[in-house]
Amino acid sequence: MNLLVCISKTPDTTAKISFKADDTEYNSDGVTFILNPYDEWYALVRAIELTEQNGGNVTVINVGPATNDIIIRKALAIGANDAVRIDTDASDAFTVASNIANYAKTKNFDIIFLGKETIDYNGSEVGAMIAELMDLPYVSYASKLDVQSALSTVTREIEGGEEVCQVEGSFVLSAAKGMAEQRIPNMKGIMMAKNKPLEVIAPMSGDVRVSTQKFVLPPAKSGVKLIDAENMDELVRLLHEEAKVI
Amino acid sequence: MSVLIYIENPNGHIKKSGFEVATYGAKLASSMGTNAIGLILGSATNAGDLGKCGLSKVLQANGLPTNEFDAQSYSHVIAQIAKDHQANVVILSNTANGKALTGRLAIKMEAGSVSGANALPDLSDGFSVTKSVYSGKAIVKYKINTKNKVISVMGNSLQPDMSGQAIDVEQITVTAPTTKLKVLERKTSDGIVPLPEAELVVSAGRGMKGPENWGIIEELATALGATTACSRPVADADWRPHHEHVGQTGVAIRPNLYIAAGISGAIQHLAGVNNSKVIVVINKDPEAPFFKAADYGVVGDLFEVVPRLTAAVKKFKHA
Repeated sequence: MNLLVCISKTPDTTAKISFKADDTEYNSDGVTFILNPYDEWYALVRAIELTEQNGGNVTVINVGPATNDIIIRKALAIGANDAVRIDTDASDAFTVASNIANYAKTKNFDIIFLGKETIDYNGSEVGAMIAELMDLPYVSYASKLDVQSALSTVTREIEGGEEVCQVEGSFVLSAAKGMAEQRIPNMKGIMMAKNKPLEVIAPMSGDVRVSTQKFVLPPAKSGVKLIDAENMDELVRLLHEEAKVI
Repeated sequence: MSVLIYIENPNGHIKKSGFEVATYGAKLASSMGTNAIGLILGSATNAGDLGKCGLSKVLQANGLPTNEFDAQSYSHVIAQIAKDHQANVVILSNTANGKALTGRLAIKMEAGSVSGANALPDLSDGFSVTKSVYSGKAIVKYKINTKNKVISVMGNSLQPDMSGQAIDVEQITVTAPTTKLKVLERKTSDGIVPLPEAELVVSAGRGMKGPENWGIIEELATALGATTACSRPVADADWRPHHEHVGQTGVAIRPNLYIAAGISGAIQHLAGVNNSKVIVVINKDPEAPFFKAADYGVVGDLFEVVPRLTAAVKKFKHA
């Protein structure tokens, strides 16, 4: 099996969120960056499991500058075979998707994996865009995947439940919880990762369709109002009269 | 020029989120000085009500297999209808299916797209849309630079406005493209409002001590008409089903009211709930970090506080 896993670099889940340059850019001073958890724990690990069972190759791809190599090496340490980095800023979802699709079109990937979303932009758009650019089916929010030659069975999350689908041929999949279990890279993996191939390729040119104008922090909570544990009538009154939610 | 709104009709019925996007599209079209056209794929018992949201036309496209969602064929049909009606803006719900369609439609229409808009666009300087980012810890204002635009709207972002007149639904026939995806089975909990759409949510965590104690949470939820949820450790221990898990790795929700009992409020849990309008925290530990993110707090034993709250809610409802 020839599998491609798209990976992103995101601030750590506990990172402080602040902005600079007149609130147009994320302030990364002192922030630890990680491999986007959905890409790592679910998409990448499931792809590696499939090649362990069936043979094959896992390529990871990232769109970003050389400072992203650290998360690419982590993916290689976990078990990907080789890596590609497209050397440009990930300005918007279209830039990322069009560059990945442009690369993937030249290779014969059986399945293209992504995490269900990145924990920074929470867009969940890139997978759908790659699928459309390559005219492939797209199964999003997948929590289970079994592959039997050219037929894959995928469970996907829908509102309040799940659906089991069958897909024919190659497709794009976004992975959610349940797909696989997190793997911690071991020392051998980390050493081997240093010598695995990482190809850097030039980006294609294209317009930025969506640009960031400004970030704002949500209004701070005015502070918690404590209610006497004996007096739940008072809580109900406040929820009705003050908060107006019931 | 027009605005096309794709409205989902799961099991032949349009839900509140459908009327929200219809309202969103109608208000946007009105500020752009153009028409809003609603589109459903297959029938819906309450399709006529869409006109009340201010749509000038409602189309029902027949010919696609309903309840067999395939992003590839659905986006093909929606983009074709957008083209036929000179729609340069397409609006849809930011549901599981809506997210799968947004990116595809953006490519087909050569459009800039925003997935998960939380308010109506700002047209004062071009076309800007805001959405929640960094798992609820910030809001970004994006400017869409292209002529065509695709926007998926987060649930509970605005109230449906159904003050207009119901209108007739216009039938059209479409040819379904061949699909490579088949839905074999669907499992949903009937009669319960799914978490992403719920306005009232009652959630509980490890403080419950075991799955056998969940009765008091379900009773409070029933009294309020709320949906139940849980924290990650509870879902991981299989005390509750996985689709109830809210937080960073589970479902992100934005109800009007989120009541959390016996949940300490780890940052990963807050990431899934901090867009809730009002948060009530019940915890015996006054130092629980969740109190910092709460609007109302009750320090006490949840096994006493929750039944007392249920009784107070029942009294209020019957008053």
